[in-house]
Amino acid sequence: MRSDGVGRPDAAVVRDALGVGIAVGLSGFAFGVTSAGSGLTLPQTCALSLLVFTGASQFALVGALAAGGNPLTAAAGAFFLGVRNAFYGLRLSQTLALPRAVRPFAAQWIIDETTAVSLAQPTRRNARLGFTVTGLSLYVLWNLTTLLGALGAEALGDTDAWGLDAAGPAVFLALLAPMLRTTTERAVAGLAVVLGLGLLPVLPAGVPVLVAALAAPAVLCLQGLRRRGAAGDDPQEEVR
Amino acid sequence: MNIWIAIGATALGCYAVKLAGLLVPAGALERPLVRRLAALLPVALLAALTAQQAFADGHALVLDARAAGLAAAALALVLRAPFLVVVAAAVVVTAGVRALGG
Repeated sequence: MRSDGVGRPDAAVVRDALGVGIAVGLSGFAFGVTSAGSGLTLPQTCALSLLVFTGASQFALVGALAAGGNPLTAAAGAFFLGVRNAFYGLRLSQTLALPRAVRPFAAQWIIDETTAVSLAQPTRRNARLGFTVTGLSLYVLWNLTTLLGALGAEALGDTDAWGLDAAGPAVFLALLAPMLRTTTERAVAGLAVVLGLGLLPVLPAGVPVLVAALAAPAVLCLQGLRRRGAAGDDPQEEVR
Repeated sequence: MNIWIAIGATALGCYAVKLAGLLVPAGALERPLVRRLAALLPVALLAALTAQQAFADGHALVLDARAAGLAAAALALVLRAPFLVVVAAAVVVTAGVRALGG
């Protein structure tokens, strides 16, 4: 990261940032519809987009509440999905080098999209501009379209008849697909599906998702054991 | 009331982890195992959530119109469709299958 030097023109950074902010900001509509269809009131739906502002966690929370989950179990699932933002913050604190007083305000905008735009910039000035424009456009649009989606769902009445209950799983699949790059990720996803569906009939609502999260450490553990086993079988290893 | 408790807890928790990343000294979370786990956790959660919201009805596993919608979303993803098109495909196909009595 160069703090001076030749950066990109401001207009190019703003154009990229607005492109991401507008495209993703419009998806708030899907959230507003899903949340209202799950039985949340208009103020509850809008409060989630204003205060939580990290899409996957919001969808997870309304899905768990609709399934009749305990509020704290539902919140735990949403929280674990939000943990990745801590790692984004860690990267961004070096890239953006924000003054301490600004950090509590910038924190709310630390999500997948602002991180992707900021880290793609060549200079600190570009990164700060990209972060601000993506964050602002996405925050404003996401909240506006959440409101419109919730109002629209109330006007539609039975959202299931319109197939809107399929929006939630489609959103999760769209977020998941780009993450399935290697065998490790696919193994984790496969094990999580088996755990999530297999435990559904026997555990209280919301709990199977939390148990399915254990697929991540389980696969990492198995990988570690296999690597150690392979190293032990290596004849050259014994000679040494 | 329960729903407001869930919203409050989620908002506080999600804001806290965002802020924590900005405030903790660099290097604290940089251990390779922690990074691997943090990257894999959303994979597990999203996979389980996708499956449950497509195939669960309360505590029962069901195969209904949502499965067709999810298949349409998967096809749209394979065709590299934009995010909103993927969601729209799922919604339209699910509604269509239901209208046909599926």
